[in-house]
Amino acid sequence: MKEFFAMGGYAFFVWTSYAIVAFLMIANVVAARMKRKRIFREMQELAEES
Amino acid sequence: MMQFIHKYGSPRYYYQWSKGWQKWLSIITVVLLVIGLYQGFFVAPPDYQQGESYRIIFIHVPAAWMSMFVYMVMAFAGIMALVWRIKVAEIVVGECAILGASFTAMALITGMLWGKPMWGTYWVWDARLTSELVLLFLYFGVIALHGAFDDPRTGAKAASILAIVGVINIPIIKYSVEWWNTLHQPATVAKFDKPSMHISMLIPLLIMAVAFKTYFLSLLFMRSRSEVLAREKNASWVKEILKEQS
Amino acid sequence: MTPRRKQRLIFVLVLIIGFGAAISLSLFAFQKNLLYFYSPSQIAANEVETGQMFRLGGLVVEGSVVRESDGVTTQFDLTDTAGSITVRYTGLLPDLFREGQGIVAQGKINPQGVFVAQEVLAKHDENYMPPELADALQEVGAKHPESIPRNTGY
Repeated sequence: MKEFFAMGGYAFFVWTSYAIVAFLMIANVVAARMKRKRIFREMQELAEES
Repeated sequence: MMQFIHKYGSPRYYYQWSKGWQKWLSIITVVLLVIGLYQGFFVAPPDYQQGESYRIIFIHVPAAWMSMFVYMVMAFAGIMALVWRIKVAEIVVGECAILGASFTAMALITGMLWGKPMWGTYWVWDARLTSELVLLFLYFGVIALHGAFDDPRTGAKAASILAIVGVINIPIIKYSVEWWNTLHQPATVAKFDKPSMHISMLIPLLIMAVAFKTYFLSLLFMRSRSEVLAREKNASWVKEILKEQS
Repeated sequence: MTPRRKQRLIFVLVLIIGFGAAISLSLFAFQKNLLYFYSPSQIAANEVETGQMFRLGGLVVEGSVVRESDGVTTQFDLTDTAGSITVRYTGLLPDLFREGQGIVAQGKINPQGVFVAQEVLAKHDENYMPPELADALQEVGAKHPESIPRNTGY
């Protein structure tokens, strides 16, 4: 197990790469959900005004 | 052909048919990512020259492929938006730019983290790395233009022109490693009949590549569906959806 | 197709062709500046101004690597199978540096004709395979000779 995480001495490079890509991929999903929520909220407000 | 595009590109019908696609593509993405990562870390052997560090390839190459693929989708949508004034295409241009920029950033960052231990440097100004950086700035330009005007349709038009002009950069990125001496090595998976990679490493790479593609499509659907509602907020079908939601 | 759409389509096509032509012409004109490195035979053919700093790329010749007693200076020959140049470098070499490996060095040629490098980068190839397969290929006589190092460190 320890050997696996060491990545033959390249742990920093391999795991940083994977962490950054995972972060960006999750951030994209979160951003898309927030956009959807924001648009629904804005439209809800618009409907209540009229 | 044009009838087909107008039908599937009408905001209301687009909102309907894209729902199922979005759901299934996101499920497929999760499944493929799990299989691809398992194979990439536990089945694929270390490389004869690069040892374990080459495992960055399973995210670097799919991200780099997507950075170019998304650009082609964006430019195609740009032509649809400019010539046929299809609203959904205008939306797709803007959403592709955001997703494409994130894939390009992934490709550049993972490439730097791979270059440091193997080449001995994070960055060099060779033709491949420079043209990929230009791609990132093209995406930023499209994002900026898309939001630069009060009228979103004018913004989409301006962004589409930049997206179409920038297509020139795609063959430059792809063939840079063949046309000029670069530090970056030539393509590994150039010919499908004879890739320069052992099958046990190629399978996880291709699975990850498909996973990135389905990930992109599901997010593109998700983002553009919300945007369609926002643009069509005065249409009666949108008001009905809103009523169902609340 | 309506005349307006046709007009717009023509506009898009002219845009692509115009920019494509402009970019291809300028790339063609600056071709030399886009080369990241020069090969030993290009230098032998006097294609490079060797008074200035430039980058040199090639394969490290087998058996030519000499590590000097100070521990940080390395001397080796670089070839592209046609020409060959001796390179001297003081500093840390990248992990992939080994005999038979492609590398790119940046530096200047000194009066003795030795390339004095300030930076050495490894250029790896596009082949990926398990170490056991590389060993087996080597035994049967190397299908891709340039891609198979004689002594794998792993």
